[in-house]
Amino acid sequence: MAHFTKATSVKDWLNQRLAIEKVEKVLASEYWIPKNINFLWAMGMVLVVTFVFLLVSGLFLLMYYQANIETAFYSVNFTIMREVDFGWLWRHVHGVAASVVFLIMYIHMFTGIYYGSYKKGREMIWISGMLLFITFSAEAFSGYMLPWGQMSYWAGMVITNLFSGGSLHADGLVEWIRGDYVPAQAFLTRFFMLHVVLLPLAIIGLIGLHFAALRIPHVNNQDGEELDFEAESKKYLAGDKAGSKVMRFANDFMSKDMMVVGVYLIFFFYLVFYNYGFAMDPVNFDPADGLKTPTHIYPEWYFLWSYEILRPFSIDIGLIAFAFAQVIFIFLPFLDRSPNSVPANRRGLFKFWFWGMLVDMIILTSMGKLPPEGIFSTIGLIAALVFIAMWIVLPLITKNEKQVQGEIDEK
Amino acid sequence: MKNDSRRGFMGKAFGAVAAVGAIGSFVAMKKSWDPLPSVKAAGFTTLDMSVYKENKLVTEKWRGKPIFILKKTAEMVAKQTEEQKARDIVIGDAHFMVSIGLCTHLGCIPAYKESDEAFKCACHGGEFDFSGEVTKVPPPRALDIPPFRIDGNTLVLGEVGPEYTAMKETGITL
Amino acid sequence: MKNKEPIILAVVVFFTLVLYYLVEPYAHHVMHKQIASENFVYADLPAIEKQGDVARGAQLVMGVGACVGCHSINVVGLAPVMDAVTSAKGYGVNPPDLSNVGVIYDEKFLAHLIKNPIEALKVEHKYGGATGLTHPMMAFSGAGGDLDQELADMVAYLKSIAMKQEEVTPKIAFELACGRCHAVNYEKWTQIGTKPNFKDEKDALAFDIQTLEYADSLKGYLGIVPADLSMYIRSRGEHYISTFMENPQNYLKGTAMPRVGVSAESAEKVIEYLKDAGDTKRAQREEVGKSVMIYSIIFAIFALLWKKEVWKDLH
Repeated sequence: MAHFTKATSVKDWLNQRLAIEKVEKVLASEYWIPKNINFLWAMGMVLVVTFVFLLVSGLFLLMYYQANIETAFYSVNFTIMREVDFGWLWRHVHGVAASVVFLIMYIHMFTGIYYGSYKKGREMIWISGMLLFITFSAEAFSGYMLPWGQMSYWAGMVITNLFSGGSLHADGLVEWIRGDYVPAQAFLTRFFMLHVVLLPLAIIGLIGLHFAALRIPHVNNQDGEELDFEAESKKYLAGDKAGSKVMRFANDFMSKDMMVVGVYLIFFFYLVFYNYGFAMDPVNFDPADGLKTPTHIYPEWYFLWSYEILRPFSIDIGLIAFAFAQVIFIFLPFLDRSPNSVPANRRGLFKFWFWGMLVDMIILTSMGKLPPEGIFSTIGLIAALVFIAMWIVLPLITKNEKQVQGEIDEK
Repeated sequence: MKNDSRRGFMGKAFGAVAAVGAIGSFVAMKKSWDPLPSVKAAGFTTLDMSVYKENKLVTEKWRGKPIFILKKTAEMVAKQTEEQKARDIVIGDAHFMVSIGLCTHLGCIPAYKESDEAFKCACHGGEFDFSGEVTKVPPPRALDIPPFRIDGNTLVLGEVGPEYTAMKETGITL
Repeated sequence: MKNKEPIILAVVVFFTLVLYYLVEPYAHHVMHKQIASENFVYADLPAIEKQGDVARGAQLVMGVGACVGCHSINVVGLAPVMDAVTSAKGYGVNPPDLSNVGVIYDEKFLAHLIKNPIEALKVEHKYGGATGLTHPMMAFSGAGGDLDQELADMVAYLKSIAMKQEEVTPKIAFELACGRCHAVNYEKWTQIGTKPNFKDEKDALAFDIQTLEYADSLKGYLGIVPADLSMYIRSRGEHYISTFMENPQNYLKGTAMPRVGVSAESAEKVIEYLKDAGDTKRAQREEVGKSVMIYSIIFAIFALLWKKEVWKDLH
């Protein structure tokens, strides 16, 4: 058993029992971050802040929401929006944050792809990140069911139908997921459970994994330079703060994180108060009606690119393409065969692959919302084929990529 | 390090016992997600077929699903192909198109356009003719026909009659 | 090393805006019909340029015009003959009380409504001509004199008895213009009036049954029970509702809903009422929004200053 002495202060008392000083060092003051990074590295903190907004606003919504198909719509649109003091604020914050969190995740993802932050020991960071993305998608979808409006109902119908597996015709599976022939009470209550308990637990666990995955390889930097963190941190601690290539997480990097968060909050609250329509679809302010399909059914914007990959094909090929799109990003570290982990712009053909993928996904996203007619169908089909083709050629174009390590040393 | 092999064996045995318990609980979890008996026993719908007007689509409801009933006009009956005719439900001398009103692609409700004598789905652009056959993809197959039994002038949805069995056997509906 | 952050920020903002433009304004522009407001001028109806005489109008309304056979005029003591539910059984919908129609409806529309309801209401596809059905409101074919003069007289009378424009509340405008067909559950409004707080459950249920019976009549009249409008301000938006009122046929060709015929002022009041129902906290949102924006800017400034302090040793 450890030896305890009479504590000289509260801090000492805690230190003997919880080693708080050591923990603080490990997590903050001696968690070393490269200096050669830009504001895109603050997206992680922006995501944490947004997640906290979602969690807090969600708790308040949870106190008045009723998971019953007869009263759900009323509890949201009357009780929360009209009666609960500031209920409207929690709902708008929750709705807007749920949409914006995906924008930031996409920026975070494409930052990782651009700077090659999924290689050289950082594979688990990427994989845990993609698992988070998938869990967030499930969280967003299950949450979208809860107001029980027209879009909730019909998105629930369409998405659960995906599990029939096309020609496999697994109606039993679809009915098992729904607990009914159509989305009804059992469906609403189980998605409510998923949204408020199981998926948030999974998300919190995965966030822990994502952070843990960062410990050993450390954060990447703007040039993909391999740093000797031990030597550089010694230099810092010896007093050469300016000469060292690394800095403390807190307060050094955190002050920059907070600066970015400050700018982000201006953007976020502008959306919450003045431009929330994009996150709260008007159609969902009509109560669910199983006998009336809305004229246009489309998912929230962040699902549109994968939805568009499903759409232009016959059902079986569509489902295979859709499944491909859902999981392919996870395998990026293994499909990119190049030894270089430097910004995409210094990497031969991969440079075109990166910008091409970004543009293609934006095209898919916009076509996914437009009605599937005429020229939009054609553009959507081409963009979907391009998406698949680009992933197939990725290993081929990266395999013969030239080493570009030398460039960094010139700087 | 004594008894190493024995500890190894008991460890595995304990693991196996734990696994049995876990699998057992999964069975219960799976079954708790099944549709409830009250849901499964959702009633049968009986329809009086003498009330429908020609080329006017009426949407009835059965187990929470919309059911399309379309009485065909004489011209429709005259011009339809054998495949289209095979899908007809004939009561007296009236021909009906009866189907589950959900697109076989991803379950939206197609709208009936009387002037075109066709169904158009707003979701993904699928189209069906007045017999429920696909005329434009993505739908993989014609509109599904619900289980039915003809009883004089009425149609009972949910019960299986000889006409429905025949349709199922010939692959007209799933 | 030169600072690349401005260009990186520009790239991120550029792609975000392109994405936003395509998914929101552009996609909605493609999906939804754009209909411009006609400012409630009812250009298809010819102007009636006669000066109305209130006294003669009163005689026509009470006499030859036969308005009071079906309509009540509470303000001059003419109470309804039947209650709303019974009336609706006969006419399909409860005919409005005429006390305030002169201020809620457009003057020109009113005259044309009296003269030819089918045309004024734009329900030619349902009544008259080829359909062989007669509209529940009879056309006024004149009392023998100049028809336009008689119409002007009647409208002048209706305007003379109505309350003043500034007295019209959003609730009054909505109830007369929309409330006989549409319920607004969140405001406790039913098609037969505001649902009182009953002490006895039996009375409450009796009221509900009356409402359902009235709804049945509406269903016979219009084909469906018209939608509850509680959340329409969020699901349809101000522009849609306003232009829909002006002419429902613009959006839904063949819809059973008649043209409403309200004046521009009344239309604004109706919108106001729907905002009170479905976007109740809009004033608070604006107010809190301003404070939060100001706070966010202050937060960002302090964060920037802190960062500068921390980083001055790092370079």
